[in-house]
Amino acid sequence: MVKKTHVSTTINGETAEFLCEPRQSLLEILRDTLELTGSKEGCNNGNCGACTVLMDGLPVNSCLVLAVEAEGATITTIEGIAEQAHLHPLQQCFLENAALQCGICTPGFIVAAKALLDRNPKPTEHDIRFELAGNLCRCTGYDKIVRAVQDAAAALEGKH
Amino acid sequence: MATKTSPDKKKTGKAADTTNGEPQAFKVIGTRPIRHDGVDKVTGRAIYGADVQMAGLVHGRILRSPHAHARIKAIDMSAAEKMPGVVAVVTGKDMPDLRDKMADLGEGTVNLAHLGANCLAHGKVLYKGQAVAAVAATSPHIAEEALKKIKVEYEPLPAVTWVLDAMKDDAPLLHDNVFTSEMGKLGKQPSNIAVHLHFEKGDVEKGFAEADVTIEREYKTASVHQGYIEPHVSTALWNHDCHLTIWTSTQGAFTARQQTAELLQIAISQVTVVPCEIGGGFGGKISVYLEPVAAILSRKCGRPVKMIMNRNEVFEGTGPTPGSFVRVKLGAKKDGRLVAGEAWLAYDAGAFPGGMIGPGCMCVFSCYDLPNARVDGYDVVLNKPKTAAYRAPGATQAAFACESVIDELAEKLGIDPIELRLKNAAREGTRRVDGPTYPRVGLVETLEAARNSDHWRSKLTGKNRGRGIACGYWFNIGLKSSAAANVNPDGTVTLVEGSTDIGGTRTSVAMQLAETLGIAAEDVHPQVGDTDSVGYTDVTGGSRVTFATGLAAYEVGLDIRRQMAARAAMLWECKPEEVTFADGVFRRGDKSTSFKELAGKMHQTGGAVVGRATVDPEGPSHGFGAHIADVEVDPDTGKVTVLRYTALQDAGRAIHPSYVEGQMQGGSVQGIGWALNEEYFYDDSGRMRNASYLDYRMPTAFDLPMIDTIIVEVPNPAHPYGVRGVGETPIVAPPAALAAAIYRAAGVRLRELPMAPHRVWTAKKMTNDEC
Repeated sequence: MVKKTHVSTTINGETAEFLCEPRQSLLEILRDTLELTGSKEGCNNGNCGACTVLMDGLPVNSCLVLAVEAEGATITTIEGIAEQAHLHPLQQCFLENAALQCGICTPGFIVAAKALLDRNPKPTEHDIRFELAGNLCRCTGYDKIVRAVQDAAAALEGKH
Repeated sequence: MATKTSPDKKKTGKAADTTNGEPQAFKVIGTRPIRHDGVDKVTGRAIYGADVQMAGLVHGRILRSPHAHARIKAIDMSAAEKMPGVVAVVTGKDMPDLRDKMADLGEGTVNLAHLGANCLAHGKVLYKGQAVAAVAATSPHIAEEALKKIKVEYEPLPAVTWVLDAMKDDAPLLHDNVFTSEMGKLGKQPSNIAVHLHFEKGDVEKGFAEADVTIEREYKTASVHQGYIEPHVSTALWNHDCHLTIWTSTQGAFTARQQTAELLQIAISQVTVVPCEIGGGFGGKISVYLEPVAAILSRKCGRPVKMIMNRNEVFEGTGPTPGSFVRVKLGAKKDGRLVAGEAWLAYDAGAFPGGMIGPGCMCVFSCYDLPNARVDGYDVVLNKPKTAAYRAPGATQAAFACESVIDELAEKLGIDPIELRLKNAAREGTRRVDGPTYPRVGLVETLEAARNSDHWRSKLTGKNRGRGIACGYWFNIGLKSSAAANVNPDGTVTLVEGSTDIGGTRTSVAMQLAETLGIAAEDVHPQVGDTDSVGYTDVTGGSRVTFATGLAAYEVGLDIRRQMAARAAMLWECKPEEVTFADGVFRRGDKSTSFKELAGKMHQTGGAVVGRATVDPEGPSHGFGAHIADVEVDPDTGKVTVLRYTALQDAGRAIHPSYVEGQMQGGSVQGIGWALNEEYFYDDSGRMRNASYLDYRMPTAFDLPMIDTIIVEVPNPAHPYGVRGVGETPIVAPPAALAAAIYRAAGVRLRELPMAPHRVWTAKKMTNDEC
């Protein structure tokens, strides 16, 4: 077996170090080694977006990132989205809009939507639908997810 | 009666009425509280099946058949067994030999020999992707590598993947022990046709003879998958005391327990199934796939074994819904009154008998009052994965055919499609072709709401655009549910119920208990119990949970009220029957105490109050819907874009309107995907060629408009709060509604699903060439 590689990263604001095999994905390390199981595996080939995390501020499918590539990176997972004792407005708006049913896609959607709002604080419905097209939801038909993101954008605007 | 629902989540309860004898000034029902499991699900803390971790865990993987049909000549596992890190290897021979034993799973029966062979093949493989062997190893990567070292010698056989081909006399035969069951008799020769169903009412020939207009058409649909984002996952621990515990993603913990116990021929009490949070099911997570395999791997290696399917395995080894061929003939008088109907349906069951033909036959004419009708249906095995239920299983294929013929009839008769439907709509007293007579149902009200809707009344302008409408029906079942609740001294209540929660049902069930006790939804803390901690509860399916488990919660509330009234009587030194209860307050004469106050005195009046109930409501609650679709067809590519979409449905009573809307929106979009794009694409060797999300291509947010909803409420007389199931009906109407819209946009009638760009473009070109 190949020797494991030492990787040093910052995850959700804290230094995180781990050993990984070259073939292991970032998703696998997050879930099985670091016990951050909030990022979900729906397809393991970048089609569904359930494993979306922010890597140096950009949304990536963590199933398509090799864990060794995370050396030196700053990563935010769903576990790092809430601000101390408070839910992030996106999380609150997902709850208020009933924008989840089974909830398996929800972490990926919230992380992807955060990336969108970080870059584009006033997205149109078209922007939201386009930017979230890499995240699949089979339960909601997306209506309430789009409204949740719209409401979160409005709530964040009010905060600034 | 119809409510145009808006995203205004702060809306409070509806006005009072007096449905079904319960005083109905609702405080909780009709409001939109935040779901109890919500915070865990938006923060990543909720524990789904794949999130289960435990000491000593090893990982299982499955070797699957590369052939659509083959005899297994030999399996050599020796090289895999010797690999470092491999702790167990099993094949079908490690499971008991189960002949043809039937097991009742609540929503239907299953042949255990077939179920077992679907988990691990015996002797033959019947579809590409069927499980052949399994490995457990210390890492999933080692398990994956070990699969490659298992040598299987196959003798490939000819395969068949289209239902009409499989029915031919010279078709490759899948089973030598399946004989056609027909009117209570079994055929003499083995056949791929497992069942022939026949329903008839009135005099069909006389009916058609009276018709002024008759239309007969043929329809085809492709296999589609339920598409839940969470792959199947199970972790099993066969402990050293021989007790088996399974943490799994299932729609029914009790049926998973029963299937596993029966397949392994062990006592039910030897198995505990712990239902984890479930990442979607839609009917596809009722049958077991991984549970028994993980169990025998664990038995062999003495460690907990976790198995997770990859997406490719989910497509090729689970689900899908039947591919179908349906012929429908309808006859009507000039004034639009339907006089006769005839339907012939052939549904594929996949590799093992027992598909969705029964409900298909029962639903095909379910929206209409047809005086004379005949339905023939065939359940056909072929070399595709064993079909599983998918949201109103069997109804969508049938409705695509029937509703499309209705639309053609409306055009030919020059009658508005809603008026034609209203003229013939099923209502109280209408007898369906398969026998049952409807109680009070809400199709007429739903169609009237559609006629009055902004959407239907608005004008659709622009080139290449069209509007269509169609109806849908699903029975909605009752079945068995159990619940129990503990009253806490602070006046809150902890509820344990047996229905795994896929779409927010913890909350809709808890709200009914809260309403019954006169407390806030937030003061009920619901949880889903495992098979050792709650009474038997049937699957989360059949649109039954808010109806039946909600009924159990109501009964729990009555039980708690009775016990609490006795406590009040003790304090007031009177008889319990002298204590009354309303609005969360117990009263006798001028004395009164709130539920909360009385709960605080629980320990001084005899200790814990535990309410419990089990229910088994009979008869379906009948869900009718109508969908309106506006589309634009790109004349150059044939691509259909949905511009506007409205789903209407009789919910009986919407307990939590947001989650009722969510069911309507989600079901509509699954129906849109089925209609426009999704299909299992097979090559000539019977191999599925698009077994990934990228190639199967379910709808994304970018493919869709907002999905408007209109909830109609015609209370169900068989439920104290009037609830009807809502989950399944919304998938039924979309294909026919979209086909009708495409016809008005592009002038072509599509009679095959999916109505993908190449089909629309080709149909349009053929029409143009004829002109």
